[in-house]
Amino acid sequence: MNPEPVAHGGGASAEEVRRALAAIDRGARTRILASLAHRFGDLDLAEDMTQEALAQALRTWPETGVPSVPEAWLKTTAKRKALDVVRRESTLAQKLARLRIEQEREPVAAHFADPAQQTAEDHDAVPDDRLGLFFACAHPVLKPEDRIALMLRFVAGLETPEVAHALLVPVPTMQQRIVRAKKRIRTLGVPFAAPRREELPARLAGVQRVVYLLYAEGFARSTGVSHTRDDLTAEAIRLARVLRALMPDSAEVAGLLGLLLLTEARRPARTTEDGRPVPLAEQDRSRWDRGLIAEGIALAEEAARRSGAAVSRGEERPATGEYAIQAAIAAVHAEAEAFEETDWAQIAVLYRLLELRQPGPVVSLGRAVALGRMRGPAEGLRHLDALADDPALARFRPFHIARAVTLQQLGDTAEAALAYRRALELPGNESEDGFLAAALAGLDEDLTG
Amino acid sequence: MKYALMLMGHVDDPACGEDGGPSPEEFFAFDQTITDAGVVVTSFALEDPEHGVTVSSDAQGERIVSSGPFAEVQEFVGGGYIIEVANIDEAIEWARKSPASGPGGHVEIRPVAPY
Repeated sequence: MNPEPVAHGGGASAEEVRRALAAIDRGARTRILASLAHRFGDLDLAEDMTQEALAQALRTWPETGVPSVPEAWLKTTAKRKALDVVRRESTLAQKLARLRIEQEREPVAAHFADPAQQTAEDHDAVPDDRLGLFFACAHPVLKPEDRIALMLRFVAGLETPEVAHALLVPVPTMQQRIVRAKKRIRTLGVPFAAPRREELPARLAGVQRVVYLLYAEGFARSTGVSHTRDDLTAEAIRLARVLRALMPDSAEVAGLLGLLLLTEARRPARTTEDGRPVPLAEQDRSRWDRGLIAEGIALAEEAARRSGAAVSRGEERPATGEYAIQAAIAAVHAEAEAFEETDWAQIAVLYRLLELRQPGPVVSLGRAVALGRMRGPAEGLRHLDALADDPALARFRPFHIARAVTLQQLGDTAEAALAYRRALELPGNESEDGFLAAALAGLDEDLTG
Repeated sequence: MKYALMLMGHVDDPACGEDGGPSPEEFFAFDQTITDAGVVVTSFALEDPEHGVTVSSDAQGERIVSSGPFAEVQEFVGGGYIIEVANIDEAIEWARKSPASGPGGHVEIRPVAPY
């Protein structure tokens, strides 16, 4: 595609250029970067040439006018500049060889002309190179903490200091980490492309894990002062939306976005004005975001339908993915007008499904809590205590909180106080500490008064 | 890109052909497959590590030659391939298919430095 000036010809005013460049937002910049990374396999080159193209636009557009599709102009310009660099530098001769490989694999332009022609067969004919960027940044050869940083930096398009701030890491440390991770991607030859169909489910799970962890870290901070970090949850949801747009047929991708939206819907009711967490049972449900709930439930239903499992009927189909099931659990909570009206039987069944699909202590904890709500606290305590020997749960705050609440329901104040104290000894954010201390103080009054 | 696939064994594990170890036939079949795929630049298989000879230096910097078996050797290279493929994913795919990555062994993948 040739850069084309607008039809009326002539130059553009400074204001027109400014507005056109302002419209090249994070999403557009990421798309340009992704297309260069996919073609050249080098994030440094992709970053530099994206910047160069933007600088070129500032110089050229006032004279030629703003092109009809500025993003396409920038992409073409950046690619040409990258090609010049590759041809100029003899040390990059190796890359030229790789470049040819990439070009051979690149689908013909006509393929992109009609998206309807695309089938699941042509795995590399993705409509948007950002998908390749997702898979590269979450590649299993990278360290888990680097995957999160790379995803924020390159897929979400945050600047390095913003990534450092979001992940509570000093800026120089984050700079070094990103430089090292980029070098590893280049040295190892990590491809910026979607994997082959056989590998897709496993690799997609890795991508989703990064997005999910990002949300989880924003949802309930593992350290620090406040209980939630809305910037991280917003980025995670944004990434989940991009992923959904890139893979509209995936049940698990629909499930992940549904889960995040349904969780986010409770956000206004999750903390008090001074930032303390409010347990699900005590949340003012009128403050839940109805728009997000509607969208989330629709996605949860779609995920269940697509994975071919009648989750709502509780049929055991191990093929149902973990996010589709978790979205279904979140949907059951969202559909209850009040905590007392929660369909715990259905939640218990869904946790059982999740246990079959993705066994783990936290999933078993969820099921134990649901069974307790369904059959009464005595039964609940029995299920909880059956998990007490698990070393991961012994260090897991929510486990001890669940025990404390259950013991409180049974009227065993002394044991409940012990459980709260145990929870307080474990690491967590300060707001949660305050909540637990208050619960404990309430119990102490019961004990003494 | 070029990658080295180093087929690693462990001295305590059953050797190739022994009970519980991979059979030579599996290695031959793998070699046929990877060769037919046209990705092999070069490959080699090694005799057992007990037949190794090392050349090193003593405290004075004099070269010394010693013969195996070496008690300190736990892991050893049993063989290797240099392959030319598009990216790390394809290299991993070949390592997965190799009998050397089965129980008791592993395949180490290293990008070949472009010097």
